[in-house]
Amino acid sequence: MSFLSISNLTVEYPGPLGTFTAVKNASLTVARGEILGIVGESGAGKSTIGNAIMGLLDHPGRVSGGEIIFDGERLNPADDRAMRGLRGKRISMIFQDPMTSLNPLFTVGEQLIETIRTHKRLSADEARKNAIELLASVGIASPEERIDHYPHQFSGGMRQRVVIALVLCSDPDLIIADEPTTALDVSVQAQILDLIKSLVATRNVGVILVTHDMGVIAETTDRVVMMYKGEVVETGETAQIIHAPKQAYTKSLISAVPRGDRRLDRFPGVSFLEADRPAEPKLGGWWFDNTNQMPAITDEPLVTVRNLGLRFTTRHALLPSYRRYFNAVKDVSFQIRRGEVLGLVGESGSGKSSIAKLLTQIYKPSSGEIRFGEHRLGTLTAREQKLLRSQIQMIFQDPYSSLNPRMSVERIIAEPIRHHANASGAEIAKLVHELLEIVGLGAAAAKKFPHEFSGGQRQRIAIARALATRPRFLICDEPTSALDVSIQAQILNLLKDLRDALDLTVLFISHDLPVVRQMCDRIIVMRDGQIVETSQAEHFFESPQTDYSRDLLRLMPRMPSRT
Amino acid sequence: MFTTPLRKLRIRIAAHPLLYRFLASPITMLATFLGAAMILAAFLAPFLAPQDPFDPAALDLLNSLLPPSWQEGGDAGYLLGTDDQGRDLFSAILYGTRTSLIVGGVSVSIAVLIGLFLGLIAGYFGGLLDAVIMRIVDIQMTFPSIMVALLIDGVSRGILPAEQHDRLAIFVIIFALSLSIWPQVARTVRASTMVQRQRDYVLAAQVIGIPSPLILVRHILPNVLGPILVIATINLGVAILGEATLSFLGVGIPASEPSLGTLIRIGNGFLFSGERWLIIFPGMTLALMVLSVNLVGDWLRQELDPKLR
Amino acid sequence: MLFYLLRRLFQSAIVLAVVAFGSFMMFRFMGDPVAQLVSEETTLADRALIRQSLGLDDPLIVQFGHFAARVVQGEFGLSYQMGQPVMRLIAERLPATLELSFVAFSLALLIGIPLGVFAGLKPNSIITRVIMILSLAGISMPTFFVGLLLMVYFGVELAILPTFGRGETVDLGFWTTGFLTKSGWLSIILPAVTLGLFQLTFIMRLVRAEMLEVMRADFIRFARARGLPARRIHFRHALKNTLVPVMTIAGLQFGSIIAFGIITESVFQWPGIGLLFLQAISAVDIPVVSTYLLLVAVIFVVVNLIVDMLYYMVDPRLRVGAK
Repeated sequence: MSFLSISNLTVEYPGPLGTFTAVKNASLTVARGEILGIVGESGAGKSTIGNAIMGLLDHPGRVSGGEIIFDGERLNPADDRAMRGLRGKRISMIFQDPMTSLNPLFTVGEQLIETIRTHKRLSADEARKNAIELLASVGIASPEERIDHYPHQFSGGMRQRVVIALVLCSDPDLIIADEPTTALDVSVQAQILDLIKSLVATRNVGVILVTHDMGVIAETTDRVVMMYKGEVVETGETAQIIHAPKQAYTKSLISAVPRGDRRLDRFPGVSFLEADRPAEPKLGGWWFDNTNQMPAITDEPLVTVRNLGLRFTTRHALLPSYRRYFNAVKDVSFQIRRGEVLGLVGESGSGKSSIAKLLTQIYKPSSGEIRFGEHRLGTLTAREQKLLRSQIQMIFQDPYSSLNPRMSVERIIAEPIRHHANASGAEIAKLVHELLEIVGLGAAAAKKFPHEFSGGQRQRIAIARALATRPRFLICDEPTSALDVSIQAQILNLLKDLRDALDLTVLFISHDLPVVRQMCDRIIVMRDGQIVETSQAEHFFESPQTDYSRDLLRLMPRMPSRT
Repeated sequence: MFTTPLRKLRIRIAAHPLLYRFLASPITMLATFLGAAMILAAFLAPFLAPQDPFDPAALDLLNSLLPPSWQEGGDAGYLLGTDDQGRDLFSAILYGTRTSLIVGGVSVSIAVLIGLFLGLIAGYFGGLLDAVIMRIVDIQMTFPSIMVALLIDGVSRGILPAEQHDRLAIFVIIFALSLSIWPQVARTVRASTMVQRQRDYVLAAQVIGIPSPLILVRHILPNVLGPILVIATINLGVAILGEATLSFLGVGIPASEPSLGTLIRIGNGFLFSGERWLIIFPGMTLALMVLSVNLVGDWLRQELDPKLR
Repeated sequence: MLFYLLRRLFQSAIVLAVVAFGSFMMFRFMGDPVAQLVSEETTLADRALIRQSLGLDDPLIVQFGHFAARVVQGEFGLSYQMGQPVMRLIAERLPATLELSFVAFSLALLIGIPLGVFAGLKPNSIITRVIMILSLAGISMPTFFVGLLLMVYFGVELAILPTFGRGETVDLGFWTTGFLTKSGWLSIILPAVTLGLFQLTFIMRLVRAEMLEVMRADFIRFARARGLPARRIHFRHALKNTLVPVMTIAGLQFGSIIAFGIITESVFQWPGIGLLFLQAISAVDIPVVSTYLLLVAVIFVVVNLIVDMLYYMVDPRLRVGAK
């Protein structure tokens, strides 16, 4: 029995350039005891639906058509007073980032009791008892003590549990969870999803789970609504959507999700997005034939890291005994062989990004050494140092932050060439155009500025810049985790092609195990600044050697195996 | 249909957000127009003013303390009346506005240059350099600008003989105002620089091997210009007010070449005897000028400061 | 807590030391201290003797030591201009300035914070726009001009309020107050409004900006999604978070109250330390000037320490360590 049904919902944002329609004629239903997933890529309008139900649309958005019927009553989101009677009481919402969802100046208990007493006629003591029970029910240990703690005393996962406890204060009938686990590590994500599932079973509430992550959808939801550019593309049972999608968009999107179960040569292209289809990289031209001036590297390992350590001072003091340190990297040793793609895997805070910054000499190691071929970093002459910098390049996670917004694409890509090579303006311009062709953007992009491009296109510009110095060694720090699945597939394919064509050695840093499986030859698992395991990639996925690796693999959200 | 080119123009304006929002804010446009008109009038003072207020030969004591021309006893030749020296108030205001604008503009420019340099360095390199610069800023900010300016004026009086002091007064005041404004600029620039330094495009430039001074000039500077523009505009108002205040207190621009503040100081002597035009007109001119600067600054802040959007 | 306080105290001590050194340098090098003590007929030899007895030939650092020791004991020397101990001059006039600052600051806080909250909660209302434009006009008017206008209108035109001085004061022995007489209260109205106006607009704009930012925070959205009443969200959750930064900056603003106090005191001939300072500057009365500077630095440091402690009480992130 569906108790929420939305039909033909349209949400519009009027603006100076005309009205933007965020959601167009969307219809869906939710029943008690059911988890409905709303899935789609960025800009699909999935969060807007949740906000519209809550009456929490950002200014100047408004519902311009359709209706929302909740438990037999028609909702009018514009009527704030009526909405407040429902909001929080019968419908409640969980937001993405637990770190910012709680008021930092009040204890968890104060916030819980306040919410309980808003919805129920209880004395302060009864409300406190109720709050302790709620904390216990969402899996917080020793709730009698924890209730008087402030939000900053809880870890991210624990905070999200507190958020869920707050949502449960009013015994809501419907919970809207907007990307509730996106800000969390994989291991914590699994726990929170389990908690939501068990709450649905024990309390018989309906849940709308808004997410971009097909793995979360596959593991958690009963039914799925697939959205694309504000419209519902397909609705169905989760199993049917995953295994036998009917619409072209759904099919191509699902095929683009990296698989954790086996390695493919390439990601299948996303045929729905013809406009974004990449050109096959056309290599050649004078630039790549020029061999590097760096002395030939004969030894097999290209990069050798020995007993590397990195220590930050977290508290400065005159007396050494008062100083506090944080060891981001502890006694790490590994080698990267020429031509291989080495995956560096770990949760947030494991030290993966510190390794990247050490290798690119942004940080100086506190101990140990890094060798590139025969050259030891930190002992080079200025000339060697400059050559070395051209050999090691990096691609960053966030393409919105990695390009200078005040520079044209041409200047962005030309900067490293100008710095490392003596070339005329015309030669440089030709090279920039070639590079833009290679990454599939075309020379016309040169005159534009970064804000004129989408996230995926920006990442292509960043790749072109990284290739501009003719590097041998490319560090990719979560290069696709800020991108949509379909774009991710394109960028990863591009990286694979370039690696083969240019004979690059790659250090691929990621928390996303399915992506790592598709990309890497060998894998290093890190935790708390130390190496936990080093294995061949397929070996790692088939028979992990340590408990930690097994945990990581077990908790990885999986798409059920497809044929 | 003629709407097509008009529509095209509208789309082009809308695509340029700052211009679009400017045209959508009539108060800001009015303030810009008013401010520009006043600046123009001030710098054209030698051509616009009916009298040269600095030329003793042009003054006639018989015409002293005339009320504005529309009041009883007013003289059509003296639009806003005259002061006790027989000086035409309208001319004096034109010249005074020019002095105020020059002092304010130069002080802010110097302060922006110093603050920009130190703020970029402190924000980018951090560490000990940052700590030292910011401590200086903190101590400097302990003493509000007026107090610093008064103090510098006092020191210069102690060091220089009186007649030299008068001649150098304008430089003393510019020095004092710049000294009191630069810490604010440095703070703003440092904060923005620290934000930009965290962004990956700066890391990318470091990975390429671009030297730090080039990174600062080529990458960071263009991205902190917005906040600098805001803080410079707002402080232009502060500097003009500061100069006026100092001159009013009698430690600023001497009466021989009066600024607006000096004019109000002169008028203050006639407050109780009824010649109120002597403070009202210069005061209103000052307030209008600063108001238009502040309106533009406030609008810029709203548009360029992501915190307020 | 202790560590945090100690560090702040250490920083305050550095500020004080720097200001003290500045005062000392002025004291020592501006004008000749000997010339202030001797007459025309004193011989060069005698002058040299006086120099020596005053310790002016000692190394600079030793002289600074002596200076600091005297300062700690409250000895600031004689005013060149008035021939009285500086300490006494300041003590006589401090109550006037503190009372004026107190009333002005209270006005600014009591009116500025509610207006700021309103403007932050209803950013698009007509009233807010009017308030914002008026507040800009308030910032754009120089303090002395506002004072003069108020004086002309209420003092001369309507002749209902006094335009200079403190009115009748009551001497409590250590403190002369204007708060106990009607004329004292009437006299403080115009100066306090003049002085408070700028602070009021400043605090209002600050509260508004912080309020706008806090209202966009996730925890406010979540509080709304939980169905908490708007009043509770605005005045409990949002306002408390707004006050953390407002407190810091309002504390810093107290320094500018003292500075603008100079102007206000000059316009209304208010017999406080600001007027004293201004007269001392014109007369190059170095002992008074340097003492005034030290006093301002001490007030600043004390206000900052109080703000820090308030901060500590409001923000649990400083008080309670993370687990």
